Amino acid sequence: MNVLVLVKQIPDPNNPYQLANNRLKRDGGQNVLDPGDEFGVEAALQLTEANGGEVTVVSMGPESAMEAIRRALSMGAHKGVLISDDSLQGADALVTARVLAAAIKKTGFDLVIAGVESTDGSTGTVPGAIAELLGVPLASFAKHLEIKDTTLHIQRQTEKGYDDVESPLPAVLTVTAGVNEPRYPTFKGIMQAKSKPVEQLKVGDLGLSADEAKATQTVNEVTPAPARGAGEKFEDDGTGAAKVADFLKEAKVI
Amino acid sequence: MAKIWVYGDPAQDSTGFKTTLEILTKARSLGGEVEAVVFGPGATEAAKAFGEHGATKVFAGDDAAFADTIGTVAATALHQLVQENQPNIILFPMSYDARDVASRLSAKTGSTLMSNATDFTGADGAKTAIFGGAQIVDVKFDGPDPKLVLIRPKSFDAEPSGGTAEVVSVSAPTVEGAKVVERHEQAASGPKLEDASVIVSGGRGLQDPSNFKLLEDLAALIPGAAVGATRAVVDAGWVPYAMQIGQTGKTVKPKVYIAVGISGATQHIVGMKSSDRIVAINKDAEAPIFQLADLGIVGDALKVVPKLTEEVKARKG
Ligand SMILES: Cc1cc2nc3c(=O)[nH]c(=O)nc-3n(C[C@H](O)[C@H](O)[C@H](O)COP(=O)(O)OP(=O)(O)OC[C@H]3O[C@@H](n4cnc5c(N)ncnc54)[C@H](O)[C@@H]3O)c2cc1C
Ligand SMILES: Nc1ncnc2c1ncn2[C@@H]1O[C@H](COP(=O)(O)O)[C@@H](O)[C@H]1O
Repeated sequence: MNVLVLVKQIPDPNNPYQLANNRLKRDGGQNVLDPGDEFGVEAALQLTEANGGEVTVVSMGPESAMEAIRRALSMGAHKGVLISDDSLQGADALVTARVLAAAIKKTGFDLVIAGVESTDGSTGTVPGAIAELLGVPLASFAKHLEIKDTTLHIQRQTEKGYDDVESPLPAVLTVTAGVNEPRYPTFKGIMQAKSKPVEQLKVGDLGLSADEAKATQTVNEVTPAPARGAGEKFEDDGTGAAKVADFLKEAKVI
Repeated sequence: MAKIWVYGDPAQDSTGFKTTLEILTKARSLGGEVEAVVFGPGATEAAKAFGEHGATKVFAGDDAAFADTIGTVAATALHQLVQENQPNIILFPMSYDARDVASRLSAKTGSTLMSNATDFTGADGAKTAIFGGAQIVDVKFDGPDPKLVLIRPKSFDAEPSGGTAEVVSVSAPTVEGAKVVERHEQAASGPKLEDASVIVSGGRGLQDPSNFKLLEDLAALIPGAAVGATRAVVDAGWVPYAMQIGQTGKTVKPKVYIAVGISGATQHIVGMKSSDRIVAINKDAEAPIFQLADLGIVGDALKVVPKLTEEVKARKG
């Protein structure tokens, strides 16, 4: 089985995000493989370990996104595809989907796995647009997954519980955190990752027109929201609970 | 004059189309033509409320196929309607189902698609909040109509205007896709999080799933109170997803939000920062949650909460 995993490199979410020219600053600081995408990599590894096949990680981003690809390779993925092109700076969800869909078609696939949403952009709309562009089903928001024969079975999280959802392959699948426990790369894995093949592509290699790669959103301005000031803070000396109870009484909720 | 469409998502029926009604209220305040689209069982019934909130026309499809496929049937029907009626903008509630429909439609029409919007200014732009609501981003749209925007719940107040809508019924096209074969519903008790006047919410600081009982005991004493949670404890399997508050969970606006053992990650804060008042109990004086708490107690939740339950009992007399 040919499993593709979409991975994104993001500024380390443990550091405060910064803006540069009204955009998220993506250079300079520490960048990491989006922790949400590690679940996708793990899911792909488990599927190919059980059913045979290969895992290819695909990323669109600056040259530095190679590090995110290497991280996924060191977890055990077999090869990578990196689409990096200056013309893609400021790409919106639709452009990102077009670029990734074109790279996916070029590579070939039985299953594409993505995160439900990225940690930095969190639009959650890239995978659905890719499914449409590829003309395949989208099995989204999976907290459990299984492939039996050639059918994908997932538990899809809902407002009230979960739905059992079935999809024929090929398909696009999105996974939530909690679907599995991503493995840590081993030392051997890290060493091997260095020599695994990564194909590097430009927009021109994908047969997309300049128009198709042009963002349809621009930022007018970024302004601070009215701040919600901190109130009073007390060290609990045994009277903390009483203070909260007084507060609830004053707010007339008890 | 812009033709504004608002999409109703029945999977949100636990909230009675609340977000859709909020968006309709805001849409009609902009002037222009306001119409709605709603797919899935109960669609025609929902048209009445949509009319009362400003839609002059509702395209309604009651077929179960809309709800039982992931995105495909709804996106295909919506695309057909878009070609026939040429709306300038479509506003969707930010929900998982609506997201799957909007993203497919975007690929079909080549239209811009914006997520997580907290306001819109017409068919040419919208606003969103980033970094847990600390910064507001004002975005301008280009490219072909209809512009597609997903709006966060509780961005506006819903108010009926008393109108009625003409209903146009829509049948479900036959398209392949991923299919729902069985639904599993977890029984819920007490008020819904979205409607609760007080929320006692727990995070990893509670140490153990069994300690959620402390929050339930407290909530049971407060009228209209419900228990919520962070994603950390939902992912850990301590409590069901229905209790999750935040970016990928529910957006709530209670009179009082009590955050217990919650650090205050931006993804949690976006779901609760509009609460009237916020109380935080955390043993780490530096926890970010204190930056927005009206009352902060630096202490051990496992000691403070049981005591609080006693204090509340005493004050109720
Ligand atoms: C794409 C994406 C979407 C997300 N969506 C959401 C979402 O919708 N909702 C959400 O909540 N999170 C979401 N998150 C996760 C979020 O980033 C945080 O990881 C999560 O909110 C942390 O939960 P927590 O506060 O329970 O845990 P922690 O961050 O681990 O905090 C635990 C807190 O408990 C305190 N504590 C420990 N012991 C005690 C004690 N005895 N008494 C009192 N306090 C104690 C600690 O000081 C600490 O501050 C999302 C993340 C991503 C990447
Ligand atoms: N630039 C990118 N490169 C590779 N994958 C991406 C990229 N952007 C988004 N994705 C994938 O799509 C998922 C959802 O992202 P988003 O729609 O941006 O919230 C992510 O978890 C990734 O799996």
